[in-house]
Amino acid sequence: MQQTANGCGFAPWQDPNEEPLIRFEGVTKKFGEFTAVDRLDVDIFKGEFFALLGPSGCGKTTLMRMLAGFEKPTEGRILLDGRDIGPVPPNKRAVNMMFQSYALFPHLSVAENIAFGLKRSDMPKTEIPGRVDEMLGLVQLREFAGRKPHQISGGQRQRVALARALAKAPKLLLLDEPLGALDKKLRQQTQFELVDIQEKTGTTFVIVTHDQEEAMTVATRVAVMDHGRLIQVDTPDRIYEMPNSVYVADFIGDVNLIEGNVASTEGERVEISWAEGQPLIVGSSASPLAAGTRCSFAIRPEKVAISAERPPDAVNAISGNIHDIAYLGNISTYHVRLDTGHIVKAQTANSRRIGRRDFTWEDAVWLSFTDTAGIVLTG
Amino acid sequence: MRRLTWFNVTALTLGFAFLYIPIVILVIYSFNASKLVTVWAGFSTKWYFELMRNEAFLNAAWVTLKVALASSTAATVLGTMAAYVMVRGGRFFGRTLFSGMIYAPLVMPEVITGLSLLLLFIAVGLERGVFTVVLAHTTFSMCFVSIVVSSRLATFDRSIEEAALDLGCTPFDAFRSVTLPIIAPAVISGWLLAFTLSLDDLVIASFTTGPASTTLPIRIFSSIRLGVSPEINALSTILIALVTIGVITASLVSKRAIMRQRAEEQRAAAT
Ligand SMILES: Nc1ncnc2c1ncn2[C@@H]1O[C@H](COP(=O)(O)OP(=O)(O)O)[C@@H](O)[C@H]1O
Ligand SMILES: [Mg+2]
Repeated sequence: MQQTANGCGFAPWQDPNEEPLIRFEGVTKKFGEFTAVDRLDVDIFKGEFFALLGPSGCGKTTLMRMLAGFEKPTEGRILLDGRDIGPVPPNKRAVNMMFQSYALFPHLSVAENIAFGLKRSDMPKTEIPGRVDEMLGLVQLREFAGRKPHQISGGQRQRVALARALAKAPKLLLLDEPLGALDKKLRQQTQFELVDIQEKTGTTFVIVTHDQEEAMTVATRVAVMDHGRLIQVDTPDRIYEMPNSVYVADFIGDVNLIEGNVASTEGERVEISWAEGQPLIVGSSASPLAAGTRCSFAIRPEKVAISAERPPDAVNAISGNIHDIAYLGNISTYHVRLDTGHIVKAQTANSRRIGRRDFTWEDAVWLSFTDTAGIVLTG
Repeated sequence: MRRLTWFNVTALTLGFAFLYIPIVILVIYSFNASKLVTVWAGFSTKWYFELMRNEAFLNAAWVTLKVALASSTAATVLGTMAAYVMVRGGRFFGRTLFSGMIYAPLVMPEVITGLSLLLLFIAVGLERGVFTVVLAHTTFSMCFVSIVVSSRLATFDRSIEEAALDLGCTPFDAFRSVTLPIIAPAVISGWLLAFTLSLDDLVIASFTTGPASTTLPIRIFSSIRLGVSPEINALSTILIALVTIGVITASLVSKRAIMRQRAEEQRAAAT
């Protein structure tokens, strides 16, 4: 889905000949003793919509501020188009930023805010009004051109901030939690507008968010950060389906984690012993694992089926009792307590109207899943 | 709760009487026809005309005005710069010392400020006159400006300045085209504060002035020593009128600005 949204087969990170727009080379940023960004290496390509995802305080804003030029890396280099931008001050970088607080100029009108950067560029004076009007049209704010920032709504302010940052046609646009202040409905609508604008302008976007759904919706690639380090950089579907660590699996979406030991392996197929007297769980692993390795089996709730009888041909089947049911409208999540005490979540879509639910509290049920549904993680 | 009890009324009356009776008496006696300050001899405006002919007072008024304009402007420029460095400069060597020192004149007895400035001017051989008074007033009113401006800067979203840099401003251009317009109200009220401080300063001016540049407060004070004259009352009444008009205008203007902004915000919320 993501790939279609960004043009079929858009995957420059897989092409070894492709030159990255941005390259981080061992970038570390320290504030005194505290390491906010830790030996970071990553390439970002032209036309990407690159999302930085991570808990609060993990260094996302710091990373953006280094790109914009407000912070200097303590170690390492940042290359833009192959050139080290370390010595370049913010006002000389072909990078613009949309601030978390929007940072609109309160004493200037919407149109003047948008024109602000253009007046300081080498654009001829006569072309500025046309460009401002074009940007106003792009964010649908033509009738508000003369208003001051305090005279428009939060959603409109956010669009002014976007238009202002895009007006100079930067090579790279940085968006720091751009939608944080909006309510859920407006946020979803704006996410699609962002993708739309990104495609129209062809600008490379780097977006910071702590909302994983947002990252999954808009991004070509998602980078999951923790404590100043990049844990995994991948497409949204691979981040979700093939997390490289327990941290990523747990951070993105809902997951069941069962700890155990590798009993035997055969290619990608891994058998895990996880509890006395229980059948081995069969899962898959992207990397080869030695028998006896400590590991976690991770499986998403929607990949766990729930039934009253043991499905005859299931590879993995475990019995338990229903501990809790969370009804979420479109789906229901059953929390099933296994005989070992583990709680495993199983999700089913509610295709039927309520009233004829199959299971209720304390029912004995079977959980089953295929051998490729869950993955084995060691990190 | 909010009823006017006899206690409230008494307290209010006493308080206001305490504050304003001296001023009211002064104003009334400025319209006294008699030369004797304590004897009422009917209404007259003649002292005001006398005043207009009094070269000494007019000169002093002119000196005071020049000093106040020059020193408040200089104090505003320096105080704003100091405030900017302290709020925005980040941590630099000696910052705490610097910020402590800039506020010292607030608590320093005026006599000491005046004396030390006098010693300085003598030491460097500076002829005392209008210029030295301007320097002295700039020195002590600058810290008031810097307090007013730095409290505004502290509540100011730093990222607005960064946005200006991001959009291609040099640091100076960002200050001029973004920071300054936003903090302008604080800068203006700092200027007004410095202006009034300079206008009514007696102590520091007496230390630092020369014979040919007597300021109005000094002139008033020295003529009082020869006896209170109705002319002084007239002059004081004019000053009171000017200050009152100034204060009322300033508060009306700022109230109007706040009301307008509130109305605009409500309109924006409604759409
Ligand atoms: N100027 C600074 N001085 C000291 N510490 C800072 C500074 N800026 C950020 N930090 C610290 O660096 C860490 C990462 O901050 P930040 O990049 O803002 O996180 P995020 O945007 O991911 O929430 C935080 O722990 C924060 O306290
Ligand atoms: Mg942040």
